[in-house]
Amino acid sequence: MHFIRCSGKGAYKVAANLLYNIEETTAIILFGIGFTMLLLHRNLIKKIMGMNIMDTAVYLFLASKGYIRGRMVPIVVDGITDASAYINPVPSGLVLTGIVVSVSTTALMLALTIRLYERYHSLDLDRILMQVQKEEVS
Amino acid sequence: MTLVQNFPFFSIIIAMFSGILSSVLTGKQARNLSLAAIVVTTAMSAMVLAFCLETGQSYTYMMGHFPAPWGNEIRAGVLEGLTALMFGIVMFLSVAGGMRHTFQDVEHSKINLFYIMIDLMLSSLLALVYTNDLFTAYVFVEINTIAGCGLIMIRQIGRSFTAAIRYMIMSQLGSGLFLIGLTLLYDVTGHLLMSPAREAVAAIEAAGSYEIPMLVILAVISVGLAIKSGLYPFHSWIPYTYGYATPTASAVLSGLVSKGYIFLLIKIFYRVLGQENVIASRIVNVLFLFGLAGMILGSVHAILERDLRRMIAYSSVAQIGYIYMGIGLGTQAGMVAAVFHIFTHSATKALLFISAVGLYQVSGNKKDYVSLRGAAYRNPLAGLGFAVGSLSMVGFPMLSGFISKLLFATAALQSPHKMMLTLMGLAVSTVLNAIYFLRMVITLYRGGEGAGAESGEPGVQRAGETSGVRDPAARRAGETSGVRDPAGRQAGENSGTCVQPAAPYWPARLAVICFILLNLFLGLMSQPVVQAIADGLAMFD
Repeated sequence: MHFIRCSGKGAYKVAANLLYNIEETTAIILFGIGFTMLLLHRNLIKKIMGMNIMDTAVYLFLASKGYIRGRMVPIVVDGITDASAYINPVPSGLVLTGIVVSVSTTALMLALTIRLYERYHSLDLDRILMQVQKEEVS
Repeated sequence: MTLVQNFPFFSIIIAMFSGILSSVLTGKQARNLSLAAIVVTTAMSAMVLAFCLETGQSYTYMMGHFPAPWGNEIRAGVLEGLTALMFGIVMFLSVAGGMRHTFQDVEHSKINLFYIMIDLMLSSLLALVYTNDLFTAYVFVEINTIAGCGLIMIRQIGRSFTAAIRYMIMSQLGSGLFLIGLTLLYDVTGHLLMSPAREAVAAIEAAGSYEIPMLVILAVISVGLAIKSGLYPFHSWIPYTYGYATPTASAVLSGLVSKGYIFLLIKIFYRVLGQENVIASRIVNVLFLFGLAGMILGSVHAILERDLRRMIAYSSVAQIGYIYMGIGLGTQAGMVAAVFHIFTHSATKALLFISAVGLYQVSGNKKDYVSLRGAAYRNPLAGLGFAVGSLSMVGFPMLSGFISKLLFATAALQSPHKMMLTLMGLAVSTVLNAIYFLRMVITLYRGGEGAGAESGEPGVQRAGETSGVRDPAARRAGETSGVRDPAGRQAGENSGTCVQPAAPYWPARLAVICFILLNLFLGLMSQPVVQAIADGLAMFD
């Protein structure tokens, strides 16, 4: 609502803000795309792709939030132990954990898709559900 | 630090390692290990509960060697101990009650995989209950989802594959929202541990900054967990998932998994976002309305349903609605009622699923109303279990469902704006519950025509058990001898070629009896439980 009401100069300000936070903006847009694909697409493989886009968007968001301009990767190589020389390592750790989780769920979904394809010769979820319905009746 | 304080950590690890160990064991060994792990963890949870009740306060347990704002923590209090204990009991009885069906439904070489999933599920549920760290919670939510999906798809029929893919898709939508919510929360507060995050949130609220981001975080986390626990508009996966999995899996999924997510949501409300902020944001009103819609429409769907297990599954939608309605009332009393209903529903729904198996097993594995006529005479204990479960869900005094409804109603009186809606919702939903549950119970206790119709059909494997009822002479003989039950025995005499009815299986019977006792306990001795819940919630702050 806040965005609708603001006019002229306000809109410019919002656009400038979004551009300044370009990584976060992109991440949220990608999250929306992935979420919609996972929810609405009929093709199972594309659903899984949507899920991956959604997860990756979260990692982009985390990585961009953890990055501090002008600082180094948090690995001590030349003896600098001052924390202010490095970026925040926690989001990177979260991204790694998240990647592990999303790899395992993707593998599980793909395995399920293979089983469904072997049985129903289709990747279209609606068609599969219709065939299951028919199986039930007969 | 005493030994008891280590138990939350031990119980998570024991459950997880028994899962790892099961991968090299045979099916039977894996089952025994799994049961042993559940018993041990449940005993540990009981001791944690006793310890917290005695000391009257909660404690945190440091994982690894990094202190509070950086490291990972486990937290145990009265409510955590009570929930873990309850989950453990229900888990044990569900596994024991559905044991034989698991061996029938699951391919022989994969039985140990089934028990791996059960162990993983137990460990992730315990972790969800005990954790004090948001990202750990996310990871265990995902482990829980994967274990749940495994439990559904292990019965390798087309129906269960489609149910599993539906479950996975909805769960992933929920986890995605939950994850982005956590990410935003971490960015705003800078903490993943619940206690420091709570302080940061309080500071933010006091300063009045980040108003919109906080609202988004709250909405996204609530909706994410609501999708995963199957709140009304997101319930489409529930009937498929609970309707076609093996009985143990259905009981565990409906009784425990969705409750684990709700418990996590309550914990996040109290321990991170602050209950007063949640109420001020009016997001509780949204949960309240969806909960009400679920209560009514879930029951309507259940009335329209012909399949016994899908009917019970739709009833879960209604009961989840009750829980969210309690949370949505936004008062302490409403929250106590919601938590109590979590316990009621896990005990009762698992009882219904386990006893439903016993009923359709003696009716040629058919689950419609006609085939189930008189099933309670063929398997009296399962019939009794189903009747008790149904009456409890409807809200019959002495059973736990009654106490839940009483708590909801008294909680409603304390929140003036929502009183009328809540009371009307409760009344309508109770009537609808009564329609489908009592219709089923009456069907189960009706005379033998249904059984006759069923056994008239050729090729039904278990027709032999019931043919005695159709045969007028045999029926009369049964009646004159004063016993209604022995239809199966007569059938055996009548037709030697037919399959003998399955011998009574004591673990299933024991499970049903224990579930009935648990229900009675929650119904008759509710006062200490309610008091413990209230104390536990007070400890959350």
